[in-house]
Amino acid sequence: MVCDSCSQGEAVVHLTQIVDNQMTTSHLCEQCAAAKGLDTAEGQPNFALTDFLAQMGEAPEEDSSSEATCRYCGLTFAAFRETGRLGCPHCYATFESHLKGLLRRIHGGTQHVGKVYLPSDPTASERAKRLEGLRRRLRRAVKSEDFERAAELRDLIRTMEPG
Amino acid sequence: MKERDPMEDLTAVPDSGLSWLDASGDHADIVLSTRVRLARNLQGHAFGPRARVNDREAVLDQVRDAKTRVVPLDGSTVVNLQALDTRSRRILLERRLISRELLGDGSGPARGTALVLSGLQPLSVMVNEEDHLRLQSLLAGLRLQEAWSLVDRLDDELGQQLPYAFHHEFGFLTSCPTNVGTGVRASVLMHLPGLVLTKEIGKVLQGLTQVGLTFRGLYGEGSEVVGNFFQVSNQTTLGKSEEDLVDHLDKMVRRVIQFESHARQVLLRDARAVTEDKICRAYGLLRYARTLSFEELMNLLSGVRLGTSLKLLPGVRVYTLNKLMIFTQSAHLEQAAGQDLPTHEGDAHRAAYVRRMLAIEGDVDPENFASGAAGDVA
Repeated sequence: MVCDSCSQGEAVVHLTQIVDNQMTTSHLCEQCAAAKGLDTAEGQPNFALTDFLAQMGEAPEEDSSSEATCRYCGLTFAAFRETGRLGCPHCYATFESHLKGLLRRIHGGTQHVGKVYLPSDPTASERAKRLEGLRRRLRRAVKSEDFERAAELRDLIRTMEPG
Repeated sequence: MKERDPMEDLTAVPDSGLSWLDASGDHADIVLSTRVRLARNLQGHAFGPRARVNDREAVLDQVRDAKTRVVPLDGSTVVNLQALDTRSRRILLERRLISRELLGDGSGPARGTALVLSGLQPLSVMVNEEDHLRLQSLLAGLRLQEAWSLVDRLDDELGQQLPYAFHHEFGFLTSCPTNVGTGVRASVLMHLPGLVLTKEIGKVLQGLTQVGLTFRGLYGEGSEVVGNFFQVSNQTTLGKSEEDLVDHLDKMVRRVIQFESHARQVLLRDARAVTEDKICRAYGLLRYARTLSFEELMNLLSGVRLGTSLKLLPGVRVYTLNKLMIFTQSAHLEQAAGQDLPTHEGDAHRAAYVRRMLAIEGDVDPENFASGAAGDVA
């Protein structure tokens, strides 16, 4: 495969980007990749993430949280934009509005629909969500004939149901 | 005063995470292994770049305590990375049980980083890497539902003993936003020489990226591919259920398996002589070479693996080929030799190990290939 950029070198770096819900892949040779500032060392590259973060800077600031520093761990917004890493659970509240935009661009949405974690003191709606999730997994287990798992889930559901 | 870890001796750990070598799973001729990993963090402590020593140690203490009440981790071993010698750390890395991130930068693993290895199941937990916990299952062949189920059960039990950081909208909270929500990264390691040789690989991989999957080469620098091995995994983690993510990957991987099988048949049908030649040359070099770099080994292994799959090399087992991938890495060679090995010596040791392993399998008689369908598999 030939490099998309210079049409000469053999493409060895395959850059997949998600921008505004569109996924594109470009294929670059070593030189063009280096010219674009891509780090080709092994490991999950987060250059795509920092691209998004750079774009976020142009979005209108809705609240003052862009200057915010997380009160719990001390992470600054600038530090987050540089490394693409958050520092503690509270960061998600501190930088919520910016994170929502970012998550929409990375994942196409912000609402988690998978497993629900029940804290040690659940509200009624938390319990309901969890039960629903467990029932869904029970149905799946039965369907795929994983009866051992189905029995486990059934027992778990029984302990949660009222009465 | 806190109890200190004895330094863990890897040989004390049963099978040290290598049960997947036995090639017992589905489609073992195309899929080497399946891995499902879950990222979790605990409430009340910083993680990733903001975690300090006391955060990490507190997390590790909680994990040590919790694991005694978690059935899948019954009898598990806690390997303290900082206390472990350098070569053993590299061995864990070479077995893909830990990541480079866990080992930290030049100054070594941070205090509090650890690996919990189950003695009973192919399950492990990395502690204090980018996230507090990285639960992981690793199985032979294509077994996504099973790998997910294993890790899901572990997660349920651990979650009852530990206070996970969970958000009503964003789901399980992680250090990197690319992991938030389900925290699931499911991946499958595939061998695709057919698609590479028939030059269809680009199209297939591009197709994967268009359906929310991502791929990377194995062992090479960046996305370079060595040995025609590709790791395919889900890209997004938020907005779909864990089962949907896993099912989707499974479905797409099965399509790729079909394409690869077809490509291999095309090679046999339209380019038999050339294909046999490549395979036999690869086998010959592995059988007789005196020095082998790891990269060359991987490329030759690819040819021999293809040969085994096409039944052109009866008597060479996939299990042996899997072993050759793991035990020929540099830290493994050094452990076997009992000393450090500079590159050229390492290359010689590698070649010697390969010759020995293949000699045990018995010689393949190149004049005795079936000129049509399957030969006998010895």
